[in-house]
Parts: sequence; structure tokens; C-alpha cells
Amino acid sequence: MLNAKAFLFAMPASQLLPNLYRTEYRKIVAVLVRLFGFEHIQIAEDIAGDTFLSASEKWTDGNLPANPAAWLYTVAKNKAKDQLKHNAIFNDKVTAHVRANTNEAYEPDIDLSEQNIKDSQLQMMFAICQPLIPAEAQIGLALRILCGFGIDEIADAFLSNKETINKRLFRAKEKLREYKVNLCFPPDGEISKRLETVLLTLYLLFNEGYYSASGNTNIRRELCLEAMRLTYLLIENKATDLPIVNALFSLMCFHVSRFDARVDDDGEMILYDEQNKSLWNDELITRGTQYLVRAAKGYQLTRYHLEAAIAYWHTQKEETVEKWQSILQLYNKLLILEYSPMAALNRTYALAKADGKEVAIVEAEKLAQLTDNHLYHSLLGYLYTDIDNEEALKYLNMALKLAKNDSERKRIEKNIAELT
Amino acid sequence: MNDFLLIFRRDPAIDAQMTPAQMQEVTKPWMDWMGSLAAQGKLADSGNRLAADGRVVNAGNVVTNGPYVEIKEAIGGYIVVRAASLDEASELAKGCPILDAHGNVEVRQIQTMQR
Repeated sequence: MLNAKAFLFAMPASQLLPNLYRTEYRKIVAVLVRLFGFEHIQIAEDIAGDTFLSASEKWTDGNLPANPAAWLYTVAKNKAKDQLKHNAIFNDKVTAHVRANTNEAYEPDIDLSEQNIKDSQLQMMFAICQPLIPAEAQIGLALRILCGFGIDEIADAFLSNKETINKRLFRAKEKLREYKVNLCFPPDGEISKRLETVLLTLYLLFNEGYYSASGNTNIRRELCLEAMRLTYLLIENKATDLPIVNALFSLMCFHVSRFDARVDDDGEMILYDEQNKSLWNDELITRGTQYLVRAAKGYQLTRYHLEAAIAYWHTQKEETVEKWQSILQLYNKLLILEYSPMAALNRTYALAKADGKEVAIVEAEKLAQLTDNHLYHSLLGYLYTDIDNEEALKYLNMALKLAKNDSERKRIEKNIAELT
Repeated sequence: MNDFLLIFRRDPAIDAQMTPAQMQEVTKPWMDWMGSLAAQGKLADSGNRLAADGRVVNAGNVVTNGPYVEIKEAIGGYIVVRAASLDEASELAKGCPILDAHGNVEVRQIQTMQR
């Protein structure tokens, strides 16, 4: 961490602030919401926003505070205290809440210690990840409040615009307020159940980064890393350090280990077979394996366990019979547990690798429910290549017709060119 | 779409004679077949296997050891598939590995009880 700190100090104010915004905004919001109550989340966000505005006005390149994060905390604390003292309406409603929740009646302690920040963020995670609001809104709120993403960045990640995202987040917050969602850790008996929703949101947040069609590679990487940071918060906390959480974290490590290898300089996806394996990150693969071992405790075999195991085999560089038979059997188990179109297609690909293309063609042609999916036709195009190139071309042309974006079309056109 | 119960019957004596290695060998075709049904979105319930041992409770509370062990067609397990018709469900059953082990599959539509 020492290096990161030295790096921060060397940065000009113009770069320092966005970096601090990403790491500190969410902490200030979480701690203030814990203090004020969830219904006053807007005030907490405003105070945090004002704090950064003050910093942008006062900090200049030659005149930076010795400890910028501490400066932000102090300013945020003072603004929060002002708010508590001077705003009469706020006073009536909130001071009661603050008094009920702290021992100090007049000078509430705004606790920005590392422990309180972590606790507040964990509680915030459980507050936001509620089945009450749609999954997309949960991810949006998580990005805004837990990850400190700007509205424009969220819009970019969702391939949407600022107004839509603003509306979506506003509606979600209203809903949470309406249902009087509290910032608190779920009681012991409810953790597993509540955790399911939290993990699904983190999984979707990660996938948004990993599979998103957004051409912005930086944003996509950030989404993945943020999902990992939040999952790790759960692992660090004893009550939520459960096998299922470790399985999800392991899955994320394995996937991210191939992040650099799967995108080219223009942001285009590189297929698994064509990836430069020397770009796979060995350290993350080792980490993934460690957490997979930790996930193997207990009796619960979840989709995260199966997907982590599949991702593990994909990090094995040698093409062995065992590798693809294992992947095939894991996909069989995953599908038996829970159907998804991607798993159905990937299973058929693994079947081709394990038992040969002829066997896989028979199976692929049974997937009648996927005939409007361009990936289904791409898969059959791949399977027929070198067996019946004319048939392969038919499928690839169909895939081209159904493809949804330029990046996909380019890839299919390349495959067609190779066949003709 | 309707749900159909697929009941697997085979000679339990064959199972009893199998070595662990042979058991391992039959796992792949079963998993591939069920994985295939699931990939088609047609597996409604992955079902269960049944233990060879059983009892039959008859009228007058007369309990006998199941006839299962003696006959060649004991129920070994079941799954539930989703299909448009009995014909389609039977078509799905044709891939079942039990057929390679001299067993058979009974296909029955599940009729939901109106409660």
C-alpha cells in the first residue's frame, strides 16, 4: 500500500481528486447513512458531494493537504454536524434517530475509522441488494453508492444515458425508503437467505464488466475489480465468510486472470482458442485456486462453485482429454441445477472438444429454443467447419443476420472470410 | 408444455455385479443425457435414484419385502421432463442409457391435481 500512497502524493490535484472520489465518496456516504438513517440517503450523498466540491475549490497543485483523505473526512464531519445543528426540519427527524443510535446526545461522533467504514459498507450492501427493486437498479445503486461511480460512468457501463440512470436510481431509492429499509446487518438466521440476493447482484455487476458490450475497457475492468472488492468485504467479515462467497470470489479471480488476453488493442474480444496464454495472470489463477479450496467446505454445491470449477479448467493451459471432459461434466451439472442459454451453448462447445464435433452437431441441432440467438448459429458454423463447409457458411450467414453489434458482426465476417 | 415422469426400470442384479470402475463408466452417459435434456430446457426435475431394497405394504397391513429384488424390472429411478406431447416425451426417452443396460423407460404424463 505504501507505493500507492507515494503515487497519490505525486499526482497533481486534477488527478488526485477523481481517484479519491472513487475510493472515499462511498465511505463517507455509507458512514453518514448509517448515522442519519437510510431515508436520508440524499442528504448523505449531498454532504459527500459538497465535500468534494470544497476540495476542488481549495486544493491547488502547490497547496495540497498533507493527508488528503483525512482532510475530506474532517470537512465531511463538519458539514454533517452543521446539518444536524442548523437544519430544523432535519433536526427533528434525524437527531432523534442519531440520539437513538448513539450514546452522545449533542456531539454525535462521526466515526470514519476503517472498521466503521467496513461495517457501514457491508450494511449498505445488504440494504441495497433487496428483491424489492429490480436487479438492474440494485447494480446501479451499488455502483453509485458502494463504488462511487459517476452517473455518466454508470450510463456508459449500461450503454444507456444519464437521464435514464438518474431516474432508475431515484425510483430505487424511493422504493427502499417507502419500504423503510434499514441500514443494519441481517440477524444470524437470515444471513444465508439475504446473502443470495447480495451475491447475485455482485455476480451480475461482475458480468456487466466482463461480458458488457461497452467498448470502454477501463470501465469494464473497474466494474470487475469493484465486484471483487465488495465480494472480498464479505469474505473479510466472519459471519459472511461462507463457502458460497469464496466460490464466487474464486470464479472472479479465474475470469479476471484472462482479462488482458481476451481483448485486443481496439477493445475487440478475442476468442478463447485464439488467446495469447502468456498474458494470463498466474497470480490471480493461484488466488482463484486458493479460494476454490476454501469454497469446497460444507455440503452446498452452488452454481458459483460449478462456474468457478469451469473457470479453473479454462485456466489450464494444456489441452488434455481430462480438461474438456471435466468442463463438459461441470456444464452438465450446472445445467441440471439451473438452465441458461449461455450454459447450453458452452456445454455443446465443450462436448465438441471432449467427444468430437460430430457428436456435438447432433446435440446442437436439438437446441431448438435458441434458433433466434446469433451465438447458436455461430456455434453450428464452428462445428460444421472442416466437416461440411457449405453447411458452416449457411449457419455463419444466419449468425451475421442476427448479430446485434459491430464487434460481433466483424468476428463473424472474419470466420466467413476464412471459409471462402 | 406438460410434465412427464420418466420411470427407469432395469434388472437390479446387473447393478449388484458392477465394479466401482464400471459404475464410473456408466456415469458419463447418464450425465451427458441429462445434461442434454437440461441444455434443451426440457429437464423439469433431475429426479432421484431409488435404493434396491424395498417393502410392499399390502391390505391387512401385511408387509413383504419388495418384489423388486426378484423381478427383472425394478424401478431404479425417475426424472421429470417437459414436452409438448407424449410423443415428444417418448422421443426424449430414446436417448436414455438404461436402454443399453437391458432396461426400459416408462413415460407417463403428470396430471396436476386441481386443488
